[in-house]
Order: sequence, then C-alpha cells, then structure tokens
Amino acid sequence: MTPSCPEKFAINVKGLSKSFDGKKAVDGIELRVREGEVFGFIGPNGSGKTTTIRMLCGLLVPDAGEGTCLGYDVINESAEIRKQIGYMTQKFSLYDELTIEENLLFVGRMYQMKDLKEKVGETLAGLALTERRRQLAGTLSGGWKQRLALASCIMHEPKLLLLDEPTAGVDPKARRAFWDEIHALAANGITVLVSTHYMDEAERCHRLGYILKGKLLAHGTGADMIERSDLKTWRVTGRGLTGLAKKLTGLKGIETVAAFGARLHVSGADEPALLKSLAPFRKEKSLHFEKVAPSLEDIFIHFMSGQESAVEERAP
Amino acid sequence: MIKVPFAWMRLRGLIEKEFIQLKRDRMTFAMLIGIPFMQLMLFGYAINADPKQLPTAIVRGDDSQFVRTFLKSLENTGYFKFTVETRDYDEAAALMKSGAVQYIVTIPEDFTRLLVRGERPQILLEVDATDPIASSGAMSAALQVVNRALDHDLKGVMAANGARAPPVELVMHRKFNPENLTHYNTVPGLIGVILTMTLVMITSLSLARERERGTLENLYAMPLKPSEVMLGKIIPFVAGAAIQVTIVLAAARILFEIPMFGSFLLLSAALVLFIVVNLAIGFTFSTIATTQLQAMQMSMFFFLPSILLSGFVFPFLGMPQWAQVFGSMLPMTYFLRIIRGIMLKGAEFPEIWPHIWPLLVILAAATFVAMKRYKATLD
Ligand SMILES: Nc1ncnc2c1ncn2[C@@H]1O[C@H](COP(=O)(O)OP(=O)(O)O)[C@@H](O)[C@H]1O
Ligand SMILES: [Mg+2]
Repeated sequence: MTPSCPEKFAINVKGLSKSFDGKKAVDGIELRVREGEVFGFIGPNGSGKTTTIRMLCGLLVPDAGEGTCLGYDVINESAEIRKQIGYMTQKFSLYDELTIEENLLFVGRMYQMKDLKEKVGETLAGLALTERRRQLAGTLSGGWKQRLALASCIMHEPKLLLLDEPTAGVDPKARRAFWDEIHALAANGITVLVSTHYMDEAERCHRLGYILKGKLLAHGTGADMIERSDLKTWRVTGRGLTGLAKKLTGLKGIETVAAFGARLHVSGADEPALLKSLAPFRKEKSLHFEKVAPSLEDIFIHFMSGQESAVEERAP
Repeated sequence: MIKVPFAWMRLRGLIEKEFIQLKRDRMTFAMLIGIPFMQLMLFGYAINADPKQLPTAIVRGDDSQFVRTFLKSLENTGYFKFTVETRDYDEAAALMKSGAVQYIVTIPEDFTRLLVRGERPQILLEVDATDPIASSGAMSAALQVVNRALDHDLKGVMAANGARAPPVELVMHRKFNPENLTHYNTVPGLIGVILTMTLVMITSLSLARERERGTLENLYAMPLKPSEVMLGKIIPFVAGAAIQVTIVLAAARILFEIPMFGSFLLLSAALVLFIVVNLAIGFTFSTIATTQLQAMQMSMFFFLPSILLSGFVFPFLGMPQWAQVFGSMLPMTYFLRIIRGIMLKGAEFPEIWPHIWPLLVILAAATFVAMKRYKATLD
C-alpha cells in the first residue's frame, strides 16, 4: 500500500487531466507532496487549482491520470481517502441556516466521531466562539467563516488537509493568523496542501507548485525555482518610479515591471535586450540600478506573461 | 447481528440537520402546511366527465328472450361493458368493493315469469358511487332502456295487457355514497394530490438546492453512503407529511363529514407507504436534476399525470387504454383505490393488497434508479 520510494508522499499523482465541455481545465498535472509539509498550490484564478483538488479527493473523476493520496488510489479508493482527509472548499460550504455549534455537530457525526460533544466544545473554545455558538453560521463575517470551516475539517484529525484558497477575501491580519494556524497543524504532522492566488503566500510554504491554464509550470522549493529560472532581474530605487514603470513597460526585452513599495523590479529572460532597453535610464542620476536574484513573484509574473503571449501566438 | 446499510450516527446527523433547516426555512414550511388548505378550497368542485364502457357485472338469475333483449339494449347505451357474468351475487359485490367493476346488474330468478304475468319484475342496478360523476349518465340511460327496450318483444305476447307503466321496475342503489356527494370522492383523493405535489417537489429540490448553495461539495467530500443520504432526505419529511395528512383528514371529518368505514390503522400504514414512495421518487429526481429549476420541472411532469390519469379527475376505468397504461405506472392511481376503499367502502387488507404491491414495486424501482444515479461526484 505505501509507496515504494524512500520518500513518503501524502499525494503522488501524475498525468491528471480533466476537461469541461471539451475545454481542458487541468492538463497532465504531476504532483508530489511529502508527508508533513505545507505545500503551496499557486496559480491565478481559473488555472485549475480547484479542479485538481476535487480530483484528489474523488469529487471529480479524472479523464486521465493516476496516483495515490495517503497511499490510496485516487480513482478507486476515494471512499477511503474521504475518511482521512479534511477538505476546505473554496466557497463556504457549511449550512448558513444552522448555528455554529449545529454545523460542528453535524460534521462530527458524518465522521462518526467519539465524544463528539466534548470535541465540539473544545473546538468552539479554540475558536473563541463559545459565546456565539448559537449564532447562525450564515451571519458570520468572511474571516470567521474561514476559521469555522477550517475548524470543522480538522475536528476528525485528518492526516491530510486540502485547503482551497482559504485566505481569499480575508483581511491581512486574519490571513496572518490563518497561516500561523496552518503551520501549527503541520508541526503536528498533518500534511497540508493549500491553494492560493496570492503570490506573497508562496513564501510561507515549504514547497510549491505553480499552475497556469491547467499545466504545472514549476514544482519545488522557492529557492529551487529561483535558481532554475532563467529570469534576470534589476532592482531600481530612487525618485519618480511610477513614471519610470510606465515608460519601461512594453520595451523590448522587458517582460515584467513590478513595484514593491519603494523598489521596482524589472525582469526579462533575454539579458542583452533587457540591458539595451535599460541603458538610457541608467544614465539618470536620480535612479539606482542593481542586479538582484528574482523574487518568487517576479518568476510567477514572468510565467503568466510568458504563457499568455505564447498562447496568443499559437491562436490562429 | 443485522447489518444495516448505513451508520446510525451519520443518519441521525443528516436527519437532525434537515429538521433544523426545515424549521428555519419559512417558505418550505409554509408550502408544507399552506398547500393542503389551498387545495381543499380549489377542488371544492370537480371537473365533469361522462365516461362510457365501464366494467359491469351481471348477476343473471334467469335467462330468456326478454332478459337477453334487455341486456343488449343496456349494453347498446354505451355506458356498460359486461365484463363478468355470474350467478353468485357475493362474487359481484366483492368485485365492486375492490374497484374491479363499476356496476352490478341483478336479474331476479323469477324475472320472466313475473314479466309475462304483467307483475312488473324488478331489476337491480347497483352503482359504485364513490365517484358519483362517473355514473350519473349511466343511470339515466338505464332508465330509458327500461322504459322502451321491451316494447317490441312484449307487443306480440301481451298486446292485450295494455299496461301503461313500464313492464319492468328498475331499482337503483348507490353504493358507498348513497347521497351522491362529489366531495366523498374528491376529499380522500385530495390527500393523494397534496402528498404527491408537496413531497415530490420538496425532495426533488433537496440535492439541487445543496448543489446550488455549494454545501453539496462538503457533503460529498465526507464519508457518506448513498443510502444514508437518501434516508436522511426522506425520513424528516415523513414527519412533515404526517402533519399534512392530519390536517386534511380532520377537514374531511369536520368540514366535509366524510365517513370512515375502514380501519384507521390500515389507512395510516397505507399512507406511510404512499408517502415514502413519493419521497423516494422526489429523491430520484434530485439525483437527476442539476438545478432547482430542473427539479421543479420534473416534479411538474410527474404531478400533472398523477392528477389527470390516476382516476382523480377522470374515472380511471373510463379512460382510453393508453391513458390507463400510463396511469398504472403512477403511485397516485393505486393510492386512490386504497384510500377510497378504506374510507368509503370499509375495505380490509386482502381487498387493498392488489393496490399495495404495485406501490412496493414502484418504491423498489425508484430506489434502484436513485442508487444507480447517486455518484457523490460533482461531474
Ligand atoms: N464544473 C465546471 N464546469 C465547467 N467548467 C469548469 C467547471 N469547473 C471549472 N471549470 C473551468 O475550469 C477552469 C479551471 O477552474 P478552477 O479549477 O476552478 O480554477 P481555479 O480554482 O484555479 O480558479 C476554469 O476555466 C473554469 O471555468
Ligand atoms: Mg478555485
């Protein structure tokens, strides 16, 4: 049952594909998530993250592909998989018209949990929602809904958590707290796959997969990705950066221009062309240019713009 | 130990959840309670119909040229179709109780003798009046026959007799509904209409609603068995339906003074079966429909023939063959016979069994389709 390779994978799938109405939503995805790690599944909206996650827990039947989740076959043994994972859907999917406590009791019964009353009590206390346990779930704010949803899918102590954009639409403070919670869970040995379209959240994951238009474009640690990338990045500091960004965008060799507060990252894969386009601006005394390693965000933006133009070129 | 195909804890969770939702969903609750009242008002009067060729049993105590002529003329009116001929009155009576014949015509043993003597023999026409509309045309036609049919035959034999009054006396009995009240027929049937309409609709919406709200994804991601989901959607509404039935039965008693000749226990058991059949059909629809609108449309497609082809609006035996075939596939058809049988005719279990087992067959078929269709995937 357990994979024969030395490393233990909580998720090990390859070639996963799924089309909707002839349109490929997921195209030959290969994913390996190690036991106990926090794996970030990153990609813009519509890239196929949700579809992939649904295939992992048997909610969608893949058109092609194979593999295992917790050692169980994703095609034939999804009933077993469902017992041992916690899946937090992208859209809030607890019952709005049930109270917080009723929702937790319901979920607990679905997993046939022992000592359910106590467990729900603990969970409510952990969420600091004991006082509000009789409040209807539908009346909670976005951040609280996310916390309740997370709590409801870890009550039965799953070995693997699939979190689909858990921090979408949540304020930065709550996002931070959410990520701390995810790391606390991972420290207890739970494997976590978390999808997000926030690129800055990549830094909080042990390893990453970057998905775009249904294809996995990169897979590994953040450092690996930076090392393997052929992207060249120049950091610009100084005055008038907003105006500069406008002027640089679209010049030959310049693929992405990204502002990070008082810094501008200008990147491109074709270094001679990039340097040629930058040359006139480097003469200005008010600006300071320095070659740096690209950040993960630079790489992701590069993927996105590269893929878009590649697709456009192929179109008739 | 008996192995049940579901886990009690999960089933209990599902049922409780459904109850809480029902309690807090005013619209569904209003539908469950409001529709019985509305229907009772709307169906106060029934649609007219004049069905022909209804099955008739002949109890022939005598045979002669006169008897044959009389029966021939009766048949020629088009209202009667002689399906059974017997010498045993009890046999014919049993057939009427089970709903197999609409009329019984009894020719007494000394009919010809009395007729020839001019002593005005009686012919008994018994009518199953639970559905009074079905027989009004037939009864007036029979009267016409008595007045004229024997004129020709009698001319030769007893021209001298010169009797003014018709030579035969027709005695008509309305069985089971002596006062010929249409609501005797309508109100028990209305219970079937109300249950069919509300229960199929509510359950057919159930999965579609969870799908549209997004809660279905969470439900499917948890380790549930199809049987648990199905029972969890059905059982709560058996309770809801019990409330409806109580309302209508109370109204039947208090407002419309419908008699109750049969066993209340038997009626309750039949009602539970009919309720479960409708819920199972609704659930089956919900495994097929992907949106609430589709679920509504499917319910309507089921509901209309249930009213029109079951014998509720038009007498079943008077419908054309194709309509009877369709009608025989609808639970409502059997339920109408059961509830009329029990309430108005005092039918007992052996008499309603022929209408119980088709309901069991329909239930099994619906469950089979639902279990086949239910995949717990979002595809
Ligand atoms: N049930 C579905 N029917 C049709 N198209 C779908 C369905 N689910 C997803 N898609 C399409 O598949 C693509 C990937 O969607 P999704 O997996 O939801 O992306 P993500 O979660 O990364 O935003 C999108 O183009 C989306 O429109
Ligand atoms: Mg998504």
